[in-house]
Amino acid sequence: MSAEKGKVEIRNLDVRFGWGANQVEAVSDVNIDIKPGEFVSILGPSGCGKSTLLNVVAGFVKRTSGTVQVDGAEVQGPGAERGMVFQQYSLFPWMTVRKNVEFGLKMQGRPRSEREAAARTLLGLAGLLAFENHYPEQLSGGMKQRVGIVRALATSPQVLLMDEPFGALDAQTRVVMQQILTNMWQRFRLSVLFITHDIDESIFLSDKVYVMTARPGRIKAEIEVPLPRPRVAEMTTSPEFMQLRQQLHELIREESFKAMGGDLKEGMGGFGMEVGPQGVAELI
Amino acid sequence: MRTAELINFHEGPNDAASVLEHATESANDQGGTIVKPPTVSASKVSPGGGVWRNLTDWFTRNIGSALLALTSIAIFIGLWYLAVKYRFDFYVRFTNIPAPLDVLDEIVRLSKTDTFYENMLISLRRILMGFGIAVVSGIVLGLIIGRYQRARQLMFPMLEILRPIPAIAWVPMAIMLWPTNESSIVFITFIGSFFPILLSTVHGVTSVDPVLIRAARSLGAKEPALLRQVILPAALPDIFNGLSVGMGVAWVSLIAAEMISGQFGIGYFTWEAYSLIQYSDIVIGMIVIGFLGLACSAAIRLVGRLGMPWANQRGGNKA
Repeated sequence: MSAEKGKVEIRNLDVRFGWGANQVEAVSDVNIDIKPGEFVSILGPSGCGKSTLLNVVAGFVKRTSGTVQVDGAEVQGPGAERGMVFQQYSLFPWMTVRKNVEFGLKMQGRPRSEREAAARTLLGLAGLLAFENHYPEQLSGGMKQRVGIVRALATSPQVLLMDEPFGALDAQTRVVMQQILTNMWQRFRLSVLFITHDIDESIFLSDKVYVMTARPGRIKAEIEVPLPRPRVAEMTTSPEFMQLRQQLHELIREESFKAMGGDLKEGMGGFGMEVGPQGVAELI
Repeated sequence: MRTAELINFHEGPNDAASVLEHATESANDQGGTIVKPPTVSASKVSPGGGVWRNLTDWFTRNIGSALLALTSIAIFIGLWYLAVKYRFDFYVRFTNIPAPLDVLDEIVRLSKTDTFYENMLISLRRILMGFGIAVVSGIVLGLIIGRYQRARQLMFPMLEILRPIPAIAWVPMAIMLWPTNESSIVFITFIGSFFPILLSTVHGVTSVDPVLIRAARSLGAKEPALLRQVILPAALPDIFNGLSVGMGVAWVSLIAAEMISGQFGIGYFTWEAYSLIQYSDIVIGMIVIGFLGLACSAAIRLVGRLGMPWANQRGGNKA
């Protein structure tokens, strides 16, 4: 697989839900560029519209204005050229692990033997071949999510869209999954758009991190991650990593407080604190 | 291998990362990817005891429950025997009720006649047809109503008006509507089982996890494939619940229809026994209805278990 495909261009993207007075602006004037084969994260506080942004690229949510192009083609709806990995486990419980992985190829009308061979190769790479005939219910959370990734890769997508895929996993499993994902990504050389609210995760995985503001979601900063590849766990204690973490932490903290500012202001007022025009951020 | 160190403390997904690293180094190398069997299912087996103890455990458990079941049946028959023998008559009268042994004699006699089996077969055929039509139409309509809002708005109000009408209330109408007795009985059986199947299918379809539909669409599934390969299987546990309920109602409706408008059939047999003052046959008719109903429910559970192997993995009490 070459790295020539998987170019994503998002231009002046606006997403609004509802009408009239109830209208909510979820995403505002977002511009994002993903080069072919690049790993890009979007980091933001919860509720900032980063999942909405991903769902627009996936074709599940209609944009209000702006353009989203993958390899020059405007996104019109969901499609197998944009693989999707969800935060919740989304395996089909009535299919075995292998049938889950085969599903996308089946939709393309590929013959059974070809589907089986492809699925088994991919499952082998993810260390899941021994579980090919298990049902998802029999797997641990980390294994389910590995099957989810493999299933999305089976149709050879140009770009992999990941919506906080490790959010439901415990901390240890998450670290392992991040390692597996970078290895997978290096092998397949496809573009990844990765949504997370975990700063370390975004640095460890990405070539580039976009920081989003609280709702409406705008791009606040675009940070390149110069750490070498392949990424290994030891890097998380390196000075470069620490510095990036510090930088992102400051960017995010401000937005997190803004995101829940209303509630916090009221709560703190109750403790007899004075909150100025800048909100709670100045108290901290 | 740094990743192997990293992964050691996590016993679940064994050596995935090292396998992966291995694979990255030499592409297409599949030879070394032998992974140990799952720890997940292995942990459920009790250590040490092995297969033999599991087997004996299973036997003692099931012998115990079989004994309890037999006890309750024996007590029931014993009370019946005593009530008839001493002509129990205190508001409830056992004076005309046949004794268990008389019933047994009659069963032996009947089992040598052809009409007895014919009646059973005719009832079963009516169930099969009425229930079968209800299964197909209930599931198809349920999928459409559950999936498409417009179809729901169009059809659901009318169906909600028809639903509370019990199948027995359809008997006079059915006799007028249908050309033969046979078809009106099948129709009543159909009406009885249709609504439970329809409603549980609608419920199953509307409660499909939306993330599964999104996942399927992002893998390239279009609407027909989505309906057949995602929504239908996802709704199957609910559908089978509806089939169980529907089968029960189908028997209720069938017996009522046979008693009122029938010729042949086990319900007709039971009613006729009353008219002809063959009281033992009433009891036999009831027993046969009980067993046939039981057999039909068991058949549905069996089909459910075979058709949904994934549901058995977590206890399988859904079907």
